[in-house]
Amino acid sequence: MRCQDCKEKDSTVSMTHIINNEKVILNLCRECAAKRGFHSPLDSIPFPLANLLTGMLSPAPSSKKTAQAVGLPDLTCSQCQLTFTEFSRLGRFGCGNCYNTFREKLQGLLRKIHGSSLHRGKLPPMLSEDGNAIKEQERLQAELDRAIEAEDFERAADLRDKIKSLVNEDEAQTEKEKENV
Amino acid sequence: MFENMAKKPAGWLSEDGDESSVVLSTRIRLARNINGLNFPTSANKETRAKVVEYFKSAFEKSEFLGQGRFHLTEELDEASNSFLVERHLISPTMLERLDDAGVFIGPNEQVSIMVNEEDHLRIQAITTGLEMDKAMELASQYDNEIGRLMEYDYDSDFGFLTACPTNVGTGLRASVLIHLPGLVLTRDIDMVIQKISKMGLAVRGFYGEGTDVLGNLFQISNQTTLGKSEEDILEDIERVTRVITGDEAAARNRLREEASEQISDKIWRAFGILKYARVLSSEEVMNLLSAVRLGLAMGIIDNLSIKVINEILLLSQPAHLTKYLGQDMTTDERDIARADMVRDKLK
Ligand SMILES: [Zn+2]
Ligand SMILES: [Zn+2]
Repeated sequence: MRCQDCKEKDSTVSMTHIINNEKVILNLCRECAAKRGFHSPLDSIPFPLANLLTGMLSPAPSSKKTAQAVGLPDLTCSQCQLTFTEFSRLGRFGCGNCYNTFREKLQGLLRKIHGSSLHRGKLPPMLSEDGNAIKEQERLQAELDRAIEAEDFERAADLRDKIKSLVNEDEAQTEKEKENV
Repeated sequence: MFENMAKKPAGWLSEDGDESSVVLSTRIRLARNINGLNFPTSANKETRAKVVEYFKSAFEKSEFLGQGRFHLTEELDEASNSFLVERHLISPTMLERLDDAGVFIGPNEQVSIMVNEEDHLRIQAITTGLEMDKAMELASQYDNEIGRLMEYDYDSDFGFLTACPTNVGTGLRASVLIHLPGLVLTRDIDMVIQKISKMGLAVRGFYGEGTDVLGNLFQISNQTTLGKSEEDILEDIERVTRVITGDEAAARNRLREEASEQISDKIWRAFGILKYARVLSSEEVMNLLSAVRLGLAMGIIDNLSIKVINEILLLSQPAHLTKYLGQDMTTDERDIARADMVRDKLK
């Protein structure tokens, strides 16, 4: 069988990968397998979701037409100059500022990929030292009020979960401190 | 370079971890970027050099980081870079662009940090067996130290920002490498794979030239990185892994009850070939080692340690063999040298 990627060499590796319950079998030559990250059986780099992603990201034909028809300018990141259209094609950001530039469009996309659009985990060391958790709660509460007002209930639910998890963490911390006394 | 490293197994391989009869290793990877600099793939030479410079200055400033070593990949020859890939200290992706990139290797090779791979920094930690918390603790120590010395790209909504949207949030990819020969032999593996993916995790099997899974090795990892805390992500993988190790144990019991002689014949044949063969390909070694590993776990083979099996697995890879023997070889020569090495290790 020919390699599915380069369509030149014979495929010597056949790989099964399961994404969202769908079994995908790939027949590839060694070089192409390595390119996809299937280098050694012990290799741990996760399967790139890029293909899935780019498929997911391409704007529906109709919406693209509308944007062009009304002459809407494409969003462009001021730091790396990546446009949203280009991002949709590549599935990769050019810099951290892209997230800020495409913020509104990303919320739906991230929800599709991760089931959520809000981080709920570690803070970077530079932020976590000086009581940022409390400020963070206030900020989230304000965000939540805004989301409810805008009737963005998905976002509101995400925000509520996040506030809950911060409160829980806080309580756990207080408990620990009590125990230590 | 690295000839001495090749002569001994990676430091993390020398401990026995939880569930080590089924789980080979646990791996944690944290993706981090430095605020204000373009991500490596869209960065120009100057920016890439700046990233390396930032990391080097952190490395020089920090006593903690100073315990490790740092190499620029462009200063290493091809064989050395391949060696680092086989050793999982760098990824195959790194080989595509070696300029203005580097790798930090911590004590015992338990932690490595790739500088300018897909993200500015990729902190990786590995432990033997199923040891999620231990691996995470290791990676976090480095993450916290570096995060004090440079400002990470972080957004209060999206968390740690990464080049690929599939890594954003925690930037955490946790995975276990798991050996499932029992489930493959009882043909329950497809069902188990379905089960894992239904639980929201990714599974990868590695297929060789035949229909058999190469070495019966599978990898379970998280699919999502955003919206869940690090603890929850690790807990999910650990819980699912324990379900699967339970399934594997049940499959091994069934084999013992229903096909005891056939299984033990398969295992001893594999051992016999490894012990006496004169020419061995790396794929063949992987498959034979799988049978021997099963034999050890089932108590059919004794007088042999899992450590030796892991060491042979590592040394069988082409670049390792080259470094181990200190000479370049053709594929045919390598197959002979590999068989020599295996016989030597099993003496
Ligand atoms: Zn190909
Ligand atoms: Zn950008």
